[in-house]
Amino acid sequence: MNATLNPTAPSVYFMADVSDKVETHTLSVLVDNEPGVLARVIGLFSGRGYNIDSLTVSETEHEKHLSRITIVTTGTPMVIEQIRHQLDRLVPVHRVTDLTVEAQLANQEKPLERELALVKVAGTGDSRLEALRLGDAFRATVIDATTEHFIFEITGRTSKIEQFINIMKPLGLIEVSRTGVAALQRGPEGL
Amino acid sequence: MTREMTGAEMVIQALKDQGVDTVFGYPGGAVLPIYDEIIQQEGLEHILVRHEQGAGHAAEGYARSTGKPGVVLVTSGPGATNMVTALADAMMDSIPLVCITGQTATHLIGTDAFQECDTVGITRPCTKHNWLVRNVDDLARILHEAFYVATSGRPGPVVIDIPKDVQFATGTYHGPTANPSAAHKSYRPQLKGDAQAVRAAVELMANAKKPVFYTGGGVINSGPQATQLLRELVGLTGFPITSTLMGLGAYPASGDNWLGMLGMHGTYEANMTMHDCDVMICIGARFDDRITGRLDAFAPFATKIHIDIDPSSINKNVKVDLPIIGDVAHVLEDMVRIWRTSSMKADPAAMKVWWEQINHWRARNSLAYKPNSDVIMPQYAIQRLYELTKNRKTFISTEVGQHQMWAAQFYGFEAPNHWLTSGGLGTMGYGLPAAIGAQVAHRDALCIDIAGDASILMNIQEMSTAVQFGLPVKVFILNNQYMGMVRQWQQLLHGNRLSHSYTDSLPDFVKLADAYGGVGFRVEKPGDLDGAIEEMIAVDRPVLFDCRVANLTNCFPMIPSGKAHNEMLLPDEATDEAVANAIDDAGRTLV
Repeated sequence: MNATLNPTAPSVYFMADVSDKVETHTLSVLVDNEPGVLARVIGLFSGRGYNIDSLTVSETEHEKHLSRITIVTTGTPMVIEQIRHQLDRLVPVHRVTDLTVEAQLANQEKPLERELALVKVAGTGDSRLEALRLGDAFRATVIDATTEHFIFEITGRTSKIEQFINIMKPLGLIEVSRTGVAALQRGPEGL
Repeated sequence: MTREMTGAEMVIQALKDQGVDTVFGYPGGAVLPIYDEIIQQEGLEHILVRHEQGAGHAAEGYARSTGKPGVVLVTSGPGATNMVTALADAMMDSIPLVCITGQTATHLIGTDAFQECDTVGITRPCTKHNWLVRNVDDLARILHEAFYVATSGRPGPVVIDIPKDVQFATGTYHGPTANPSAAHKSYRPQLKGDAQAVRAAVELMANAKKPVFYTGGGVINSGPQATQLLRELVGLTGFPITSTLMGLGAYPASGDNWLGMLGMHGTYEANMTMHDCDVMICIGARFDDRITGRLDAFAPFATKIHIDIDPSSINKNVKVDLPIIGDVAHVLEDMVRIWRTSSMKADPAAMKVWWEQINHWRARNSLAYKPNSDVIMPQYAIQRLYELTKNRKTFISTEVGQHQMWAAQFYGFEAPNHWLTSGGLGTMGYGLPAAIGAQVAHRDALCIDIAGDASILMNIQEMSTAVQFGLPVKVFILNNQYMGMVRQWQQLLHGNRLSHSYTDSLPDFVKLADAYGGVGFRVEKPGDLDGAIEEMIAVDRPVLFDCRVANLTNCFPMIPSGKAHNEMLLPDEATDEAVANAIDDAGRTLV
């Protein structure tokens, strides 16, 4: 998808240059928690060739049967606008908010984003001690252990989790399970 | 009103409460309870098709020609999968369809039972919404919701998958809600355009030097009022107007401001006007690749206004300057009112210059073709068909290919809802069932499917439906023994290697018509054409009209893929060499 406005074209409502730069955005989607709703959302992304970097879903308002889906996606601004409108078009979707845009409008760098990971590390001797020491430094909690392994629970921004996992690699990283990003807009208002 | 009844009874009751008079369908194991109700009632006519895809396209033809939703009833498994093409077609062209499918009993779902398939899974990407009804007490609500979703906002197809045990079960039925939009949890399309944006659009229009209206199927979907308002606005402004394939008829082809269709096989004047315009008012169209040609050279000087009910149509392919989200009729009503009350006027000097330029392009006569007294030119056949049917109540449907483009170019549409064609999906086999659907809704009208010899064979079995229900549809086959459009692209792109685009062993269409209980005609000479068309019209039975046309004629003008609006290939310039070199490397990968 290329820029379609000729920058020299006279335009009363001249818009900022269409940039082809790929951006990462976090979208919050409020949906009816009904069978198939997640398939609709995922099918939309695969069918139209959009990216999903992370997807998190859970029922968040039990009495109304509403779920909140948090999607981290990448694309050009035009594609991200498309994603938002295409999601909004799905019948069981109540609301789509681009949290990244909302944060920018409020002069914040990013929306509040957190992720949880369970990280299994096995080893003995020095590397085992080092893993424990680093876990401490990252404020990870040991939630399972034998003399040969630890499972750390770590919470934080995606970048912190990535960093922790990378550091654990040479220290006997076995496997990782991650929740994906949960995100909210800062401040007192809701969606 | 609430009443206890079975699920199958609810289906019939809900259809009647929604004002449905016709259902197109085909029975099977998983819908037998509903069929058992159909035969015991009056007021709902069931048209038995010969293939489920035919039911889908017939319902589309019914919907497009009436403005009402088309209703389809098919069984589970293959019944549902055979509907998929029609659903995808309706999805692309925004046609309201309510498709009811039977499903295996709930306790069998997931066991690979006989004629089981994941209908909601398969149809999810080609419907506006779909439902699997697991509880009979949800059925009435879902049936009414389905009609609301199919017909409101940007219309589209919906599927209601009803397991057989739910059809047998007894539950509580309730009628439609008075205000389904207010009652719906999440789906409430915006009808009214933003007032400031509408005013800004009108001001842009008043200041335009080279304006153009570019309209689409959304005008027709919005209803007769939108068509009236569009004509009024064109009259008030004096601007030129062109339309997509789907929008033909919204503005009359005989109107003074009409430029003809635009896009790949549009007229030279329509495409040049689009390319050079300074203000483009896009109304209910979606900047499809068949319309825009090369994107980075699309209307490079234009300030673009885009009116559409679907926000996802805005900025999808082309970045627009002034989007207005709303229903076409609502927005046009505001535009006309502002134009009138503010005593707006188009710049007369600029408009004079602009029309002179447009008339210069018109004089290029881009639809011209060489007449022939020995063989029937396909364009001539359409022209004669038009001349001999234009004073009747006529509905035209088409299949897909060259004949479709010639029909769009040479048949003049004066009113909306009289042109039924598969635009977005390009479904060969659409035309005959669509004509049947239109004929069911308009028994006294002349319903003609303009077809190709290849396309017609894709749903030829529906001749049997037409005969059974006394539907005198006329199939006007431009028979050139080729898949003409495929061949044309092979000439353009593949060094004239005509891989499998020639059809040998075509049936004898006259005998075929006879075999189905219809009437067949064959015409080979231009001099015999008028008489045969008149005979065809006079016949009160389904007709296959085998019109033998010049085999190697190609469809021009044409914007080769990857080219811009001002790089059209015109008929008199389309030499073999020009055709062979028309598409460059960048355009080769485009469809």
